[in-house]
Amino acid sequence: MSSRDLVLARVRRALADVPRTERPSDAPVDRDYLRAHGDRTTEQTVDLLAENLADYRAIVHRTDAAGLPALIARLLAGRGATSVVVPPGLPAEWLSATDPEEVARIPDTPELTPHDLDAVSSVVTGCAVAVAETGTVVLDAGPDQGRRRITLVPDHHICVIKVPEQVVDSVPQALERLAPERPLTWISGPSATSDIELDRVEGVHGPRTLEVVLVEG
Amino acid sequence: MTGTYLGMPAFPEAAAVSTKNTRLRANLRHATHTIRAKRAAAVAELADWERLRAAGAAIKDRTLRHLDHYLERLESTVTAAGGQVHWAADAEDANRIVTELVRATGEREVVKVKSMATQEIGLNDALAEAGIRAYETDLAELIVQLGDDLPSHILVPAIHRNRTEIRDIFTHRMARWGRPAPEGLTDAPADLAEAARLHLREKFLNAKVGISGANFMVAETGTLVVVESEGNGRMCLTLPETLISVVGIEKVVPTWRDLEVFLQLLPRSSTAERMNPYTSTWTGTTDGDGPRVFHLVLLDNGRTDTLADTVGRQALRCIRCSACLNVCPVYERAGGHAYGSAYPGPIGAILTPQLRGTQSELDASLPYASSLCGACYEVCPVAIDIPEILVHLRERVVEGGPASVRGTRAVIKPAKGHAAERAAMRAARWALDHPGVLRAGQRLASRTRRFHPRRLPGPGRAWTDTRDLPAVPAEPFRDWWQRTHGDGNRSEGKSTT
Ligand code: SF4
Repeated sequence: MSSRDLVLARVRRALADVPRTERPSDAPVDRDYLRAHGDRTTEQTVDLLAENLADYRAIVHRTDAAGLPALIARLLAGRGATSVVVPPGLPAEWLSATDPEEVARIPDTPELTPHDLDAVSSVVTGCAVAVAETGTVVLDAGPDQGRRRITLVPDHHICVIKVPEQVVDSVPQALERLAPERPLTWISGPSATSDIELDRVEGVHGPRTLEVVLVEG
Repeated sequence: MTGTYLGMPAFPEAAAVSTKNTRLRANLRHATHTIRAKRAAAVAELADWERLRAAGAAIKDRTLRHLDHYLERLESTVTAAGGQVHWAADAEDANRIVTELVRATGEREVVKVKSMATQEIGLNDALAEAGIRAYETDLAELIVQLGDDLPSHILVPAIHRNRTEIRDIFTHRMARWGRPAPEGLTDAPADLAEAARLHLREKFLNAKVGISGANFMVAETGTLVVVESEGNGRMCLTLPETLISVVGIEKVVPTWRDLEVFLQLLPRSSTAERMNPYTSTWTGTTDGDGPRVFHLVLLDNGRTDTLADTVGRQALRCIRCSACLNVCPVYERAGGHAYGSAYPGPIGAILTPQLRGTQSELDASLPYASSLCGACYEVCPVAIDIPEILVHLRERVVEGGPASVRGTRAVIKPAKGHAAERAAMRAARWALDHPGVLRAGQRLASRTRRFHPRRLPGPGRAWTDTRDLPAVPAEPFRDWWQRTHGDGNRSEGKSTT
């Protein structure tokens, strides 16, 4: 007997008490929990997102579409960045105020090795959705976000959220918007650990600086 | 089954040693008390917590009652997404499969993200025997590995170490495993985290094979989920060319939507955060992004025996949050090592004797490693009635009876007069004779418990003959459930934010 058949046979034997006629959907699951916690205006939801992001040590900036390129340029300069990874579908205007002589553009291509990425200063991406109640941004490897590794190896991540359209209240609402077949990364603040005396310390393996830009319009 | 910490004494002897170790106790006390208050605050933010908890329990129960159905579905969706599914009946089976998969890549080193399942089966030792070096990359696992130590907590395996001890371990041991610790390393947590970052970076960048577990597997979509904090998980899941995930069969959930419950319950219960820093989900393989080869090893190793017990089955709902450890007065005093397996604390006391059986002295003593105060049940995000299972297992130890052993029905002999019974008696006495354990237990129980035998069965009976058990609580979870769900007359939750 293969291990597969053995395990499945054991499972069936173990479930002798379950009536043969019972279908999975017969076992009741009540979903009477809330779809979102609290009643907020759109504006308040965006504020809550900003607050919760900051609570977990993400650095939050707010601007409008016209101010975005200058803001990104300023953030990169502030870090002393000399290079930035650029996802294939990042809107060109986002980096239009950043001098390519000062900050080299590194396109996200499959040839880029982990060591190459380790030598890059920063990465700029969009996101798929952001969750206000938890202070989370979710990346789904879309064209303006690139492969998962580009937001992991560089030490500085600038993530742009379009508000309010990319912001939802809650985890249930976020899951509704996301496609399970895409690889997802949920990010809530910079990398951290609770492993030393169960206390949160920021900055382990992922980017130690997470800057989130909420851009309106 | 492997994964027993060889040479472990039964719970009472091990606990007696750790209660004398004042530094260990101070470390544990500090860490667990810090997290308790934070967890309570994180949970209080959600007005519908009890309903989420009920839904979490119900989803897991549905899954367990139809586990064969969901496993077959998972197998087909993972395969359709480009993954390869393997089945392992026991630890040996799983270790052999993983060893062969690593060998086939030609690599001699793997990077690992913390996984209870691989800890349970003793995978690192099995790989070492085959000449393959496994690098633990979770900070706490790294501390345990470098210190040649054993994990003592589900979430924070090095919880028994304080910052100064961690500094010393890093300073003295890092060089043996790779990049040495920075000169003059201090014991500031940020500096320790930085030292781990530097030490592991080369390993991540060069890794060709990653090994992980998973917190959830979605049958409907074939998606696996890993919840973590440091980014070492993301490194292991995305940089290597080959990813091997070893996951217990009970980790499957039916639908994508079910994650909306667990991704709210888990972070608040475990690290007391609204959300943990990183959660990764992946479905098979993705062209050009992440590993090109993905293997999923589905592990039984005693889970079907647990499933066969209609009282004990609920232990398989466990999402390994570790909240029950953090509130347990016995765990706080005895320490994680006394439980002699990868699963310490209340969950270990009910899971280990079911996965491994109750024949050894250690495993027979585990159901007695409790004062039955019920704090574990109250915090459990999937409402596992741990005290109920403890009492049930005590009965099994003392009186024997039918049980499933490696998939076959067997009749367990009563432990009466055996070494197992003596170990159990000593464990009961240990838990009950510690005034601190009892006081903490009673304080919590008076707030909370309904499940509450007036007399303990088995060895506890003599004790209850002379003492009153703590008072019955006002409204425990089950009553609340009956009241709010039993008659279709549901109460509406209020919002907090
Ligand atoms: S038994 Fe419950 S509280 Fe304990 S680790 Fe498992 S899910 Fe968490």
